[in-house]
Order: sequence, then structure tokens, then C-alpha cells
Amino acid sequence: MLEIKGLTAKIDDKEILRGIDLTVPDGEVHAIMGPNGAGKSTLSYVLSGREGYEVTGGSVLFNGRDLLAIEPEERAAAGVFLAFQYPVELPGVGNANFIRTALNAVRRARGEPELDAVAFLKEARSAIKALKMPDDMLKRNVNVGFSGGEKKRNEILQMALLKPALALLDETDSGLDIDALKIVADGVNALRGPRFSALVITHYQRLLDHIVPDRVHVLASGRIVRSGGPELALELEANGYAGLEAA
Amino acid sequence: MSETAFLDRVDFAARTGEDPNRGRAAEVFRAHGWPTRADEAWHYTDLRASLRSFDLTLPTHDAPDIGGMIPRTATPKVIFVNGRFDESLSALPHFVRRFDHRAAARADRALPLVSLNAAVANDGIQIDVSGGTDAGTLFLISGTDTPSQDMLAPFHRIAVGAGGSLTLIEVIRGAGRYMHNVVVEIALAEGAVLRHYRLQDESIDAVNVTTALVDLREGARYEAFTLNCGAKLSRYEAHVTLSGPNADVHLNAAQLLAGTQHGDITTVVAHRAPHCASRQTVKSVLAGSARGVFQGRIEVAQQAQKTDGYQMNQALLLSPDAEIDTKPELEIFADDVKCSHGATIGAIDPEQMFYLRSRGIPEADARAMLIRAFLDEALEPVTDEEARSIFEAAIDVWWQKGVL
Repeated sequence: MLEIKGLTAKIDDKEILRGIDLTVPDGEVHAIMGPNGAGKSTLSYVLSGREGYEVTGGSVLFNGRDLLAIEPEERAAAGVFLAFQYPVELPGVGNANFIRTALNAVRRARGEPELDAVAFLKEARSAIKALKMPDDMLKRNVNVGFSGGEKKRNEILQMALLKPALALLDETDSGLDIDALKIVADGVNALRGPRFSALVITHYQRLLDHIVPDRVHVLASGRIVRSGGPELALELEANGYAGLEAA
Repeated sequence: MSETAFLDRVDFAARTGEDPNRGRAAEVFRAHGWPTRADEAWHYTDLRASLRSFDLTLPTHDAPDIGGMIPRTATPKVIFVNGRFDESLSALPHFVRRFDHRAAARADRALPLVSLNAAVANDGIQIDVSGGTDAGTLFLISGTDTPSQDMLAPFHRIAVGAGGSLTLIEVIRGAGRYMHNVVVEIALAEGAVLRHYRLQDESIDAVNVTTALVDLREGARYEAFTLNCGAKLSRYEAHVTLSGPNADVHLNAAQLLAGTQHGDITTVVAHRAPHCASRQTVKSVLAGSARGVFQGRIEVAQQAQKTDGYQMNQALLLSPDAEIDTKPELEIFADDVKCSHGATIGAIDPEQMFYLRSRGIPEADARAMLIRAFLDEALEPVTDEEARSIFEAAIDVWWQKGVL
């Protein structure tokens, strides 16, 4: 369970998060919607431990553990996964080597046995097939020369293999055509279960047609200003975010 | 006084017999002395200053046990111990002979270290791959462990006949305080191919200055990669002359330096014939207060039309006290050529670091991965599996030295 209480954070002296209260129980998928500049990406970066963000108050507990006190790699080992809005290119790093290194680092940290190259490739290939990704995806350098859609699918591939307990999807739908959107949604839905929860950050409602959330929250000016069921997303789609910021 | 005094202790007549070349070479070197920053070609590397604390001698003592420095391999190998050929450790193929002193380097006023080598070289090998044959892979291993401050000066000559080919893997290791002044002459005949991989992992108290003089005839190919990670001061100086048309050189290098190490990679690629290609990717990873130097000159003669020259030099600085000096030079006298060069200097990208760490990869491992990735392009010519694993192991060990 993810419990965020009174979370405030700033970047370069600019306050972005102004007191976030949010609880995501195990097994639930929550959507965070909101206008540009509301703090959606900042929230995902603060939860995953990116440098440059100063947490000025509040707490974040994940399964009882203080997430803010531990390093990004320790958060990953604890089961947190961030699907980047802009996946980073790593020239000179093979995708298979990268994902296997990550997977084994996480397994090691969790006290699980590491996967050898053969076992890893077997798992990776079946995940690639499920995501309808080209076979050479593993051989290429991480995200180098990938199309926007391929980069997003590569994020979902990593998620499928790392099997996180909490996925943070930061505008994973941006730049995707409808087919890719379905593939990405299938990837998330395949992980849904009693020990998986997710925060789906999105600007648009259309992803939520495919990943149906248990709850929808509206983030505006660094606060959650409204929460509701999936129908809230439809309402926002119809009426827009205007007027919410004042709420 | 280390200057050139040790030359006075050398009995040239006794060392060289009838060869008058040596005495002349000694005079040329004596007239010049150790290079200093006043020499344009040595502007960033003051060899004299770094040798000031040395009391150089020429080696006389018994060979030490260097077993631990020799890679385990079934491949034919030539082994030098303290600068001398060791027959009992070596497994010589038929195309390798021991140095014939008459084949020594010639005095060169522009290259004082070559003159010095010519004056005192007392061992080396001559490789002669006959035309049309693939000589496979050969190791050339140098292990040094000296109690005295020796100057080791081997001279090697490598000739590959027309259409012949060879893969040469050099591994240079050592312990103690010494100076290694190596000269390698390479002649590639028409259509010959030499893949030349070199690991310089000398003692951290040593000085290594290596000069490679390479000549390529028509259609010859020289695929080279050198990795410098040892020595308190090293200089790898390669002079490559493309003297026949359609010759092709890939002259890559990398250096991994930490502490107060100083590493200098200096290359001169001379295009003297048309339709030749030269490609160079040189990478420096500098930690602590290490200092890296890259000087790369491409000369294109008037007749060398359709030259395709590429040079890329990149440095990754892991500490605010590390320094890189880079000096690319293009000297073009032909009008129909394609030449490009570039230089970048940077630190590890925090975005890339966060991406790796967010996937669970610990900080030190993430940094090692990014540094290895940075080196990747330079390692491209290394197609030989055995050579590659030696380089990978050397790079791995570098992380473990705690430089990160």
C-alpha cells in the first residue's frame, strides 16, 4: 500500500507539490489527471527518487517503508517502477544487458537467485512477443534509434520483466497511436492482481478506456483537488480542467 | 642527474659490435635530451620533469618471475621479461624471429625517443608473415619486475606480406619503477591486414613511451586499438603513413587514468595516396587528478585525393580535478577530400544515472556501465574474442581499484 501524506516538494526554490494526500491500496490502479504544470511528473519523480527535487514536508510510506529515506535503486528493489515520460537513451549499452543487469540487481536485493543469460532470454523473448515488439529490441542499444512508441513499449517490457509492486506510469500514453496504446495497456493489465498497484499519470482520458482505474484523482496546482471513480475521467474529458484549480 | 647521463655509462661498442648506427643515434639523442614542453610535439607532456626522480640504468640483473602477468592462452606467444626475450616462456611460431640488431630503429631527429631506442635497444622480435598467408593470432607479452630503475628499450619489426594477415595481441604489465621505451615498426604490403590490439597496464610507478611507425601499401588494412591504464606517465605515439591507394586504417585508443596518472595519445596519420580511409576514435576516462592528452594530426598530401578521414576524441571527466588537453590538427593539401574531426568533454549524465538506478542498478554499477558504454565505440575494431576478454577484464579491474 502506498500512503502519501502532506507531501510538499520544490525544485529550484519553486514549490511544485503543495500537500499531496493520497492512498493507493494493494491491488488498485489509480489515475492521476490534471493540466500541464500541475505537478504530475514531479510527483512521479519524487516517488522514484530523482535528484533535484527537495522534499520540504510530508511522508511517503510504501508497505510501511519510508520511501523518501532510501536511494532510487533501493526503491526499485522495494518494488517501485517508474515508466518514464521520456525514456533515456543509453548509447553503448545493449538492451538485453541493461534489463538483465537491472533484473538481477533487483533479484539480488530481494534475496532471490539471479537469472543466467539463457533463462533471462527465455523470459525476455516471451515478454517481447506479448508486447508485439520486434525481435531485435533486445539487441539494440537502450532506446537508441527507437521511435517514440518503441521507447514506451520498452518501458513496459522492463516493467513486465521487473514485475514491480507499484508502477508509476508517467504519461506513458503520450505519443502513442491507438494500437501501441492497447499494447501498453495490455502490458499493465497483465500485471494487475492483489499485489500490484499503479499510479497512472495522464493528461487524457483515452488511456483509461484501456486501463480502467479504481480511482481517479485530479491534481491541480500541486494538490489533489478532486477524487472519484472512473466516471470522473469522463467528466473531465467533457468539461476540461477549467475551474478545478480554484477548487 | 638523470638527464642523459646514463648514456655515458653505456659501452656502445660492446653492445653493438660493428653497428655504427647506435653511436650516431646516441649522439642525436644526447644533442636533443629528454623532450620537454618546449618541444612542440611534447607540449602537454613533460617527459624530462617526470624522469627527474629516476636514476635510470640499463638492465643487468637476472630475470624475475612474471608468471602472474602472462595471460593463460594456448595461442602462440612471444614473451619479454624485463625487456629481454624469454625463450623458455615463449611459444614461437615459425614466422617470428628474435631481434637482429642490424634491424634496429634509425636515429630520427624529430623523434628523440626513437633515437634513444636505436642507441640502446638490445632485444626485440621480427615478425615476417609471408604473402597470402593468414598467420592467425600471436601474443606479444611484456612483463617487467625490476629492483633497479631500468630503462627497457625493445625494438620490434612487424612485416606482413602482400595479402597476408595477422592478429597481434600485446599485453604489457609490470611492477616496480622503470622506464619502457618501445619502438614498433610495422610494414603492411599490398592488401595485407594487421589487427593490432594492445593493453598497456604497466606498474603505476613506471613510465611507458611507445612509438609505433606504421606504413601501409595499396589496399592494406591496419585495425588497431590500444588501451592505456597503467604507468604514472605514458605516451602512445603512432605515426601511420598511408603510402598506397585504397589503404585503410582504424586507429582507436582509450585511456583509463586515476590518481595523478598522466596519459598521452599522440597520432599522426599521413595520407600520401588517393582513396585511403582513416578512422580514429579516442576516448579518455579521467578520475582523481589524472591528466589526459590527445594530439591527433591528419595530413593529407596534394596527391591524396578522395581521402576519407574521421577523427573523434572524447573525454569523460569523473572528477573536477581531472584534466584533458586535446589538440586535433588537420593539414590538407588535396581539394577533393572528406575529413571531419570532433572533440567532446563531459561528465556522467545524471539523467542516464537516474534511469539506471531507477531500475534497481546500484550507483557504482550504474556508473561502471555508463563508463563501459562510453568506451564501446573505441573498442569496435576489437573483433578477436580473446583480445576482447582481456580488455573487458582490464576495464573491470579498473572499477575495482576504487577509482569510482
